[in-house]
Amino acid sequence: MIRRLISVFSIVLVLCFSLALTTCGGGKSNKLEIFSWWTVGGEGEGLKALFDIYQKQYPGVQIVNATVAGGAGTNAKAVLATRLTGGKPPDAFQLHAGLEVEKYDPEKYILPLDSFYASEGLDKVFPKDLLSLLQYKGHYWGVPVNIHRANILWYNKKVFADAKLQPPTTWDEYFKVSKALKARKIIPLAFGSKDGYEAGHTFETVLISVLGPDGYKGLWTGATKWTDPKVADALNLLKKMLADTNTDNAALTWDGALGQYFITNKAAMMIMGDWVNGWFISQNFMDYGWECVPGPKIFDGLSDSFAVPKGAPDMQNAMNWLKVCGSQAGQAAFNPLKGSIAARTDVDPSLFNPYSQSAMKDWTSEPIVPSVVHGAAAKEKWATVYKDILATFATKGDVEAAQKALDQAATDNLAM
Amino acid sequence: MRGVTRDRAISFALVAPSIILIAVFVYGFIGFTGFASLTKWDSLTPNFTFVGLHNYQRLFATVPTDRFLCDLRNTVTFTVLFLVSSIVLGLGLAILLDRHIKGEGIFRNLFLFPMAISYIVTGVLWRWILSPGSSQTGALGLNLIFEKLGLGFLKWGWFTDPTILYIHRDSGFGAFLTHIGLGGLASPYIGVSLAMISVVIAATWQMSGYTMAMYLAALRGIPTEMREADRVDGASEVQIYRRVILPMIRPVTLSALIVLGHISLKIFDLVVSMTGPGPAFATDVPAFYMWDTTFRGNNFAQGAAIAILLLFVVALLIIPYLVSSTRREVHA
Repeated sequence: MIRRLISVFSIVLVLCFSLALTTCGGGKSNKLEIFSWWTVGGEGEGLKALFDIYQKQYPGVQIVNATVAGGAGTNAKAVLATRLTGGKPPDAFQLHAGLEVEKYDPEKYILPLDSFYASEGLDKVFPKDLLSLLQYKGHYWGVPVNIHRANILWYNKKVFADAKLQPPTTWDEYFKVSKALKARKIIPLAFGSKDGYEAGHTFETVLISVLGPDGYKGLWTGATKWTDPKVADALNLLKKMLADTNTDNAALTWDGALGQYFITNKAAMMIMGDWVNGWFISQNFMDYGWECVPGPKIFDGLSDSFAVPKGAPDMQNAMNWLKVCGSQAGQAAFNPLKGSIAARTDVDPSLFNPYSQSAMKDWTSEPIVPSVVHGAAAKEKWATVYKDILATFATKGDVEAAQKALDQAATDNLAM
Repeated sequence: MRGVTRDRAISFALVAPSIILIAVFVYGFIGFTGFASLTKWDSLTPNFTFVGLHNYQRLFATVPTDRFLCDLRNTVTFTVLFLVSSIVLGLGLAILLDRHIKGEGIFRNLFLFPMAISYIVTGVLWRWILSPGSSQTGALGLNLIFEKLGLGFLKWGWFTDPTILYIHRDSGFGAFLTHIGLGGLASPYIGVSLAMISVVIAATWQMSGYTMAMYLAALRGIPTEMREADRVDGASEVQIYRRVILPMIRPVTLSALIVLGHISLKIFDLVVSMTGPGPAFATDVPAFYMWDTTFRGNNFAQGAAIAILLLFVVALLIIPYLVSSTRREVHA
């Protein structure tokens, strides 16, 4: 009787749990498990190109492509954190270069790569500013494979030619151009704010322009105070810019705004990152030009890198993977497909499209600063509050309140 | 006697696994979320330093961001408007269909269909329909229809309009409220976000068919003899509905309120696909903020705090219902 009860109980229990459990692969073999959130389009193709190079150099290794799809890696990062803390790490994983490494508690979970950088000569082929950006607590933690740029002013060549205007390089010129465009019933700046981060993105580029590279970087370390009058200047600039955008910006994403206004010649400019370039190409729209956002020429960058966790199951395969990622051949294969430029400064420019070629030139010559909205300058908790403050400011335009809020956010996050 | 205990034991053994699973995976995790909301867990790797109610305090502060206060205001706006419009519309449709009109089946399915669609699809559809356009593109969607019909004065920004209706502190009534010690009511966080109306329209379009079905079932349950008796007694149709039928289907209204109410408090996918957070968070909702701060900002402790507050609000709605329904079962 009792035994029967127990067997009924255990059968039901097993049934319930077998629904909840997923099988985890086991068994020791010659594997390389790469963890990333590159699943679709150019990203997925670029990753496959890297795999092909690896396979050619190290035949016999079975590559496991462990991707977790979803918005800028948010899902993937949560899975990764569980695997790292749970002691079941992959062999190598994708990591935004910059402060993102902080949240993985690198001294505990990630392998420092200082000797790898020296033996591969990577400290000679990456720009100095990038090297200092890659260091956290004095060590390198990842190998960057690609670079994107966030502070580009895209302009419609036809609209500018019709109005006999030159793309602006200073803020005075910008507002003069704006006025002339408005007189012709053209929207100076196409803007989409549906996703809530776009105002933060635009403001970041204005901050960089107004504060300069060191002043901007200081904002995220505490060296520059958010109460600085220059921050108020930047807020006022942003307010003035956003006053002359399409009124339905809250209904549109950036690509929606480009489609509705920019490529139909109803708007003249947009401030966005260089992923816009791929979008223009996909739309077969060729009448566009680009400039750095007005002000001094500074490269606002974001970068993906690969890191190796401590205790990676196949350490040798993982280090070989980093070699491929950091190599000239690897970066030359990956980046044209992804639509980004190489982190190395010695990759053949002729492989790239005209925009990327110009970005590669700027990459080697301009000072480099990390993007905040795209996760390189500050930890994500701070970046999220920052974007929320700017989203409110874009509608309400209260400079004093926004500055106070930004200062409070900095106090909260620098204290910890 | 022995048979009874054996039956009982077997039934307990059958139920026990699900009790254990629910205890762990529902109540256990609620407990863990409550615990996490009191910690400093603000990055991917857990940090269980106890910080008391700090995360809750931050949610109700206006600096650095007043997003949660906006969310609460929007939720109240949305819940009230959505419940009223769904129930009025649902009941209206049910009464009309109950007149045994021709092609009733077609109409019934037509009104029910939206419920079969995912909120994501509804959201995208209504974003296109209500997209306002601008002076350069000309009116779009519904605004364009208004314009063509000569109803141009009805055009407005829909979900892009950041206007909040509230009692201004320096208005006459605001000054009066301050005078009698109720100045707290004159706040932009106690008001109506006009942009939310667009979301209400989309949600009502989707869910009023469902309330219609509930009401229709209830109306069909009322015996025809009763109506005939009323008519014999000389009651008019309006009187029959007001005095007899509506009181009889009141339990359905309660069920509809509970079902729609908890949907509206937890609404997420519709807002994400239709409007996003909106201008100055005019269409933001707590669930969206929870997702944003947890998975984009990795601020797990704050996300947990929002989850617990949401649980409280939903409990406020559900518990009286559960209590009253269990009581009814006991009586029956």
